[in-house]
Amino acid sequence: MVDADGGGGLTPSQTVGPFFHFGMTAPPAPGQAALADQDLAGPGTPGEKIVLLGVVLDGAGHSVSDALIEILQADGSGHLPGTRPATNSEFRGFGRAATDAEGTFRFRTVRPGRLSPQQAPHIALGLFGRGLLNRLLTRVYFDDEPANATDPVLALVPPDRRATLIARGEDSGHGVRLFRFAIRLQGPDETVFFAT
Amino acid sequence: MALPASAPPPVHPPSLAPDYVSTRLRAPLLPPIVLASMATESAAPVFASVAHEAAEADLTRQHGGEPIGERIIVSGHILDEDRRPIAGTVVELWQANAAGRYTHERDQHPAPLDPNFSGAGRVVTDADGRYRFVTIKPGAYPWRNHLNAWRPAHLHFSLFGRSFLSRLVTQMYFPGDPLFDYDPIFNAVPDAAARARLVASFDLATTQPEWALGYRFDIVLRGHAATPLEGEHG
Repeated sequence: MVDADGGGGLTPSQTVGPFFHFGMTAPPAPGQAALADQDLAGPGTPGEKIVLLGVVLDGAGHSVSDALIEILQADGSGHLPGTRPATNSEFRGFGRAATDAEGTFRFRTVRPGRLSPQQAPHIALGLFGRGLLNRLLTRVYFDDEPANATDPVLALVPPDRRATLIARGEDSGHGVRLFRFAIRLQGPDETVFFAT
Repeated sequence: MALPASAPPPVHPPSLAPDYVSTRLRAPLLPPIVLASMATESAAPVFASVAHEAAEADLTRQHGGEPIGERIIVSGHILDEDRRPIAGTVVELWQANAAGRYTHERDQHPAPLDPNFSGAGRVVTDADGRYRFVTIKPGAYPWRNHLNAWRPAHLHFSLFGRSFLSRLVTQMYFPGDPLFDYDPIFNAVPDAAARARLVASFDLATTQPEWALGYRFDIVLRGHAATPLEGEHG
């Protein structure tokens, strides 16, 4: 079927608005659990446990306290969700978190394994919010990964903007490495976003 | 001499739509970098724990009594861009009540809450890609975008589809709403035919006598092919 517009009849995007929490990050109805949360790693999930701590900032440098973050990633063995042979792993491969009053979000997950020798470990990240008419799509890389130098997606990014995709690791003091990632929606050091 | 073919208008709204004030400080100013193929983004979450959930949910039966307002049935299919149904995909919905008030602490505008209405539900499409919600028609909602600004009555929908790429958050509107011409979020979609796809159709076949008006609303998600985004034409 050909529609008048060139988009193949796709349904257009609209903003998630400021009131998504009771529909997306809280249990939607009695007897139902939240679809996803901030914890991606179960006891059986292969990989090094890490914490991803992010912050979302707008064009004036103010924190965005009403954003929704979703991540998708491989497990520590480099297996994407749905591709691993059936195991006892609880790995959903997907997480969801809302930013708090300071614009921060936190995920407890594992460092993803490499999908191929050339690709660096990365986490796909989607962002929704009031004032965002479309989902923004980006990636989180890790500052201690030598494969960043050969990653084909990072190679598409202008060198002076690559740093916006690299999370900075630090010791959390609890034996779990903490990676900090800032998302700047607009302006200086604007985060690289992708289209597919 | 051949006339140049006119580029088809894009489906999705641009990031920056100045009439929608919040986009002014939140829209990225730099164009996105186009990725040709990405294994990670072509994957999909595994929602094994919800796969058993029904394709129908009733938001009017979540509390002790029935909510106030027009009972409606909203039903349709989730399709890919080849119009094939997507079975077993999650559909999330949330909305205001009949008075236009959300059960969210950030909504404090002077419209009453309904103790019998929360306004959120989730289903998983059946083998035919079909979903069905019974709910209450939401009221228009005032917001501070501009003086005397009101959102047309709408339902918020969240879809996954077959991969992280097909993920879509959108809003469904109701036919004949007088507020369409004034709404900068609805009008941020550049093409009239695309805007029309955000408006449900009244459907007598879905309507149940003495019970509820029915509306049909199909949602078409992108597949694996690259889709033109704002500013690009494919």
